[in-house]
Amino acid sequence: MANFAVVGQSVFRKDASQKVTGQVLHVGNIEMPGMLHVAVLRSPYAHARITRIDKTKAEAVKGVAVVLTGADIAKMPGVDPHFGPAFRDQPILAVEKVCYIGDPVVAVAAQDRRRAEDALELVEVEYEPLSPVLDVLEAIKPGSTLVHEQHRPAKAFADLAHVKSGQQSNICYHFKLRTGDVDKAFAEADRVFEDTFSSPPAQHMPMEPHVTLVYLDEGQRINIWTASQTPSYVRTEIANTFGVPMNRIRVRIPYLGGGYGAKLYAKLEPLVTALALVTKKPVRYALTREEEFLTITKHKVITKIKSAIKNGVITARKCEVFWDTGAYAEIGPRVVHKSGYTSAGPYRIPNVWIDSYCVYTNHVPAGAFRGFGVPQVIWAYDSQTDTIARAIGADPVEFRLKHALNEGETFATGTPVKSFGIKQAVREAADAIEWSKPRQKHSGTKLRGKGIAAGVKAVLTPSISGAIVIMNADGTVNVLSSTVEMGQGSETMMGQIVAEELGVSFDQVHVVQPDTDITPYDTITAGSRSTYHMGNAVRMAAGKVKAELFQVVSKKLEVNPDDLAAAGGRIFVRGTEERGMTISEAFLAKFGSLGTTLTGEAICQPEAIPMDPETGQSEKCTEYWFPSATSAEVEVDTETGRVKILQFFSVGDTGTAINPKHCEQQLLGSAITHLGLTLFEEMIFDEGQLVNGSLLDYQIASFKDLPESFQPIIVEVPHETGPFGAKGVGETGTLTVSSAVANAIEDAAGVRIRDLPITPEKVLRALSQRQANRG
Amino acid sequence: MTREISLRLNGREEKFTIDDADTLLEVLRDRFKLWSVREGCGVGACGTCTVLLDGKPVSSCFLLAARAADHEIVTLEGLGDGGTLHYIQEAFVSQRALQCAYCTPGFVLSVKAMLDEIANPSDDDVREYLSGNLCRCAGYADILRAVRVAQDKKKSLSPSP
Repeated sequence: MANFAVVGQSVFRKDASQKVTGQVLHVGNIEMPGMLHVAVLRSPYAHARITRIDKTKAEAVKGVAVVLTGADIAKMPGVDPHFGPAFRDQPILAVEKVCYIGDPVVAVAAQDRRRAEDALELVEVEYEPLSPVLDVLEAIKPGSTLVHEQHRPAKAFADLAHVKSGQQSNICYHFKLRTGDVDKAFAEADRVFEDTFSSPPAQHMPMEPHVTLVYLDEGQRINIWTASQTPSYVRTEIANTFGVPMNRIRVRIPYLGGGYGAKLYAKLEPLVTALALVTKKPVRYALTREEEFLTITKHKVITKIKSAIKNGVITARKCEVFWDTGAYAEIGPRVVHKSGYTSAGPYRIPNVWIDSYCVYTNHVPAGAFRGFGVPQVIWAYDSQTDTIARAIGADPVEFRLKHALNEGETFATGTPVKSFGIKQAVREAADAIEWSKPRQKHSGTKLRGKGIAAGVKAVLTPSISGAIVIMNADGTVNVLSSTVEMGQGSETMMGQIVAEELGVSFDQVHVVQPDTDITPYDTITAGSRSTYHMGNAVRMAAGKVKAELFQVVSKKLEVNPDDLAAAGGRIFVRGTEERGMTISEAFLAKFGSLGTTLTGEAICQPEAIPMDPETGQSEKCTEYWFPSATSAEVEVDTETGRVKILQFFSVGDTGTAINPKHCEQQLLGSAITHLGLTLFEEMIFDEGQLVNGSLLDYQIASFKDLPESFQPIIVEVPHETGPFGAKGVGETGTLTVSSAVANAIEDAAGVRIRDLPITPEKVLRALSQRQANRG
Repeated sequence: MTREISLRLNGREEKFTIDDADTLLEVLRDRFKLWSVREGCGVGACGTCTVLLDGKPVSSCFLLAARAADHEIVTLEGLGDGGTLHYIQEAFVSQRALQCAYCTPGFVLSVKAMLDEIANPSDDDVREYLSGNLCRCAGYADILRAVRVAQDKKKSLSPSP
């Protein structure tokens, strides 16, 4: 690998000192004179028509500024009362009907939260219950009750341009992939494996719940401070919803207390904007944890997967994937599409048939969750791949390596894969856990086993990242980017790339936080796309500044600009370092004045070739892939069903690791989070009513879930067009955790769990079933 | 109903009026603007709002302010001398034991209480003691290292027996 000064170094994040003292700015710390606080009345019905709302008593409560309903919003001139990134199906407040238990119906803004809550109790709402749609497989049947009578595409993103106004159905999006002849392969197969796997709805649980503050400034511009992963999208959504020009809206994002996909697209912003417009006062709405549970979830998924085996290889795979997207589509169609096309795995399978359905139900809306649906599809395909290997007597590691795509081979979409370190990742994971070593399996009632899993995610393509780099005359740099720092270390990544490109130290680069008045458009901070897309954008923008400086220096020194290099804060002739000048001297030479700046702007906009709507084929469906492998050793207690993780290795192909320590943190942290999702996390619904919607009843991975032994492992297969060869890493660690654990359990105890989470009850039931079958 | 209470907050005697329904968290944030104290769950289950009450970690979201009357409260703002980082904070920085860091104030205070209570915590002690503080970035491995570094520093600072 080339020799870099800053890239590849594990520099320390600059935000650490303000974070470790707790003085970091969050939206919740911002207070404004006369600021109002919000409480929201939510639907007690999964599906019902609103027949009457009486808010007169609530309006009379002292300190209440406004009591707002969906009907009030619909009457605001020029306002579209619905929003959403794929379909404009989500009302700011319910209009005419409610679609899930927890759907916002009435909002109160008052001088404090307690008063707002008191006023809510005086609001009278009458409903006429409708039959709810609560099962994804029932919802797709013809004649099912419809959650929405019409589907209105939002047209916000190029990659969702194919989303259509649907017919009378709860299926709001259907992705299809067809390659080869699946029927023939099944007919000719030696063996056919058919399974159904499921993953439950779950919570993102950023420790900072959603919070948004909106005020009108002196010029009556809409100012929004919000905990969001999508500043540019929020501005567009508010512009479209309220019929306001884009430059009359300013969206600012301070540090986020976690996001994990929960804070994408618009959440509280439309409602708080409506309240601020009506009251002409600053309004802040901070969700309680209980409301957080009712705002966005990880998709519940049911996957039916069928594979054909001939002469020891997988010759065909048919996947039917059903995604419960809840009451509003949110970003469901994108999740269903992007994850859908990877449903057969990173394997060489000549005949593939995939149907991936995005289905409305009367549940809490589901959206993007770290991994964007791919953990759910890998749970199915890699669990099944493991069962096949074991059933035909193949070594699970060798079986994966035998099927894994080589560089340049085509994915099921017809896209040749590039920078595809899947085999390296599998080998690293296997070596780390000493796969080939004979194992001690039994110790009384505790059975030990090892499991490995492999999978891949493709980055969302097309998408756009713009950046501006401003170099100051003293050699310091300001980077303007709309990438949101939510803990992942994006500021550090951008700082390192810009420092490398301009030949200055990391300390000299300041990354400006997202502010739509000054930072350019970025599609989204999500999907493991920022290092590649924003990394390229800031590098190219810095490159433009460097080119200008080289012009100045080349004239001054009478050399060819191509012979110049930048390093250590100087620009000099390559090979003869003493011939050159400092950046400050170059600025002075150009401008003759102090305190000047040079600016470069660039946009990274990788394109995809749209997939054929009937076959899902495309010569280029994605800009890059990020392969993942996990290996785990577990101990299954046959008396309690408890699964203990003894050893755990999270392996990811990150491309060049810009900051290796930060990459390791992403790989391990996301994997440990997913251990919770694997072993116990589940939002439980009863007739549409969430029954464990608080942190007292819903557990996430804590210190006690840290495995006894663990290690993140980076595989670096550089990408030819990544910044310095980098790809992405934010989600990689999530992808293969669940199937690695399930595969290890089968290795240990001979039972296969197909429904997440893998609770002790399920393990015990499987063990006793196995005992019974043996008779 | 309102009442007047006194307490010692970050080393200062404070006397003020509260509403009976006020939680300690509300008072610390709304009245004293102590932004390190954050609500994460509202039911005392996530540790994000941890403060020290007479040296013991408590969830301030789940404690009525009235119950803190006549006690000593320390928030992260009261740790150390105000000028430089406390050695536990330094350990969190040097071990990169923070990402989004929303949970960090609660963790730092829980580690402080743990090291004051248990001089040589085992790995199991740490896992048990800190299991009431949740980190969704799941940086537990980094935090475990920070605990070890802080523990060594604490020993080097205390006079040998």
